[in-house]
Amino acid sequence: MGTVGTGTVPGQGLTWSLRGRGPDDVPVPADEGPPGGLPARQATGRGVRVCVVDSGVELDHPLVGPVESSWVVVKDPESGAVTVEPTDTGDTCGHGTACAGIIRRTAPDCEIHSVRVLGERFSGTGEVLMAGLRWAVEQRFDVVNLSLSTTRARFAPELHGLADRAYFGRTVIVASAHNTPVESYPWRFASVISVGSHQEDDELHLYNPQPPVEFFGPGQNVSVPWLGGRTIRTTGNSFATPYVAGLCARVLSGHPRMTAFQLKNALYLSAANVHADPRPSTAAGDTRDDSEN
Amino acid sequence: MPTSASPSFHAPGDAARHELLQSVVDVARAIFGAAASSVCLLDEEADELVFQAVSGEGEAFLVGRRFPAGRGIAGWVATSGEPMVVDDLSRNASFDRSLAESTEYVPDALMAAPLISESRVLGVLEVLDPSPQARSGVRELDLLAMFARQAAAALRVLTPHAAATGGRGLEGERREDALQLLGSLERLLRGTG
Repeated sequence: MGTVGTGTVPGQGLTWSLRGRGPDDVPVPADEGPPGGLPARQATGRGVRVCVVDSGVELDHPLVGPVESSWVVVKDPESGAVTVEPTDTGDTCGHGTACAGIIRRTAPDCEIHSVRVLGERFSGTGEVLMAGLRWAVEQRFDVVNLSLSTTRARFAPELHGLADRAYFGRTVIVASAHNTPVESYPWRFASVISVGSHQEDDELHLYNPQPPVEFFGPGQNVSVPWLGGRTIRTTGNSFATPYVAGLCARVLSGHPRMTAFQLKNALYLSAANVHADPRPSTAAGDTRDDSEN
Repeated sequence: MPTSASPSFHAPGDAARHELLQSVVDVARAIFGAAASSVCLLDEEADELVFQAVSGEGEAFLVGRRFPAGRGIAGWVATSGEPMVVDDLSRNASFDRSLAESTEYVPDALMAAPLISESRVLGVLEVLDPSPQARSGVRELDLLAMFARQAAAALRVLTPHAAATGGRGLEGERREDALQLLGSLERLLRGTG
């Protein structure tokens, strides 16, 4: 066989190294700081598109507000074909509505979209979840809330690839850690923002110095919207995750050019347990006056 | 609406399985000081969850009833493989009332955890109206999930080839193993082990 030509030329396709080009050829417009050094305007999520991949979202729930679009993943039991279709079926359980409500109260002006991956048939759930997440990444939503995971290892490689693709495509997947100590995906991957629960009453987030779960949000006894336009209280990592997804929407509304890694750093810097301590002196940096010795 | 089906515990293995599941729901109810507890097992072919054992409210008539596997809180637990705790249900009359009313009991609080064995969801363990001290916390969620996992392990030991529905149970030593496992768990959870 001859050489395999990929057609890759400078400025196109895969970039394994920067050849024949310099810094001026790859300019990156970054977000400006607040004008005149004034505090940044209140970030409310305005202009940020958030997709809830779950059991659907109840339409017209007062604590959820407008749902910009609703979709469902359907698997044909005969052909096995999986499709994503518009739907007005709302929520089959209440779980997705709860997640959407937490996002809304955290980032009140964001756009909420829903893709339902649960509530059709039990079998094929993993496949349907994969299809829903893949669809959300293809739609280039800014934030995807995934308060779900799969324990089926056969989906892990594809999920891993999808999570990386989202990361580079500036779609931030905010994924719940499983509530029990089992292996599940995609929250285990570094390219998503993984979330577990803390037990504080306050609405704050914490950085976990011992990942794989990177952040903790409020997940105990959380008041959430539920079916029928009402409210219940519930507990679990599922409900800590949309809080962090809402925070992401707020940060992105103030800094729309942020990459996924910058966003993760913003969450780290704003975590309630991350403090800037004076740098400890080291041998190299020791400035004590020891001329007596 | 859920449909009814007669419980079918005819073979000796079925009797052992029934004994095991009844023990699971009795213990779950006791641990959480609950009004009721139930186990529903998944019938994948019919895409339904089937009440297999009930302790407390509904004990007399729920066993054998079926409902869609993707529906309601139990459906979410079965399909997601995650435990769930919800509170203030009846005060808001907000969850799947048609389903709840068909069971003739609308709880105020509900805890549910999947029965998972070897990455396979066998069914759902539910606890209805646990005592106020035993609900809504992460610790309670953990406890229920741990108990459900043990119950699923016992179920699988008892009916290794078809743990969910229609399987023929084992007799003798393996049945004893399963019941001993559950007994030791009960003692552990009660703090008497």
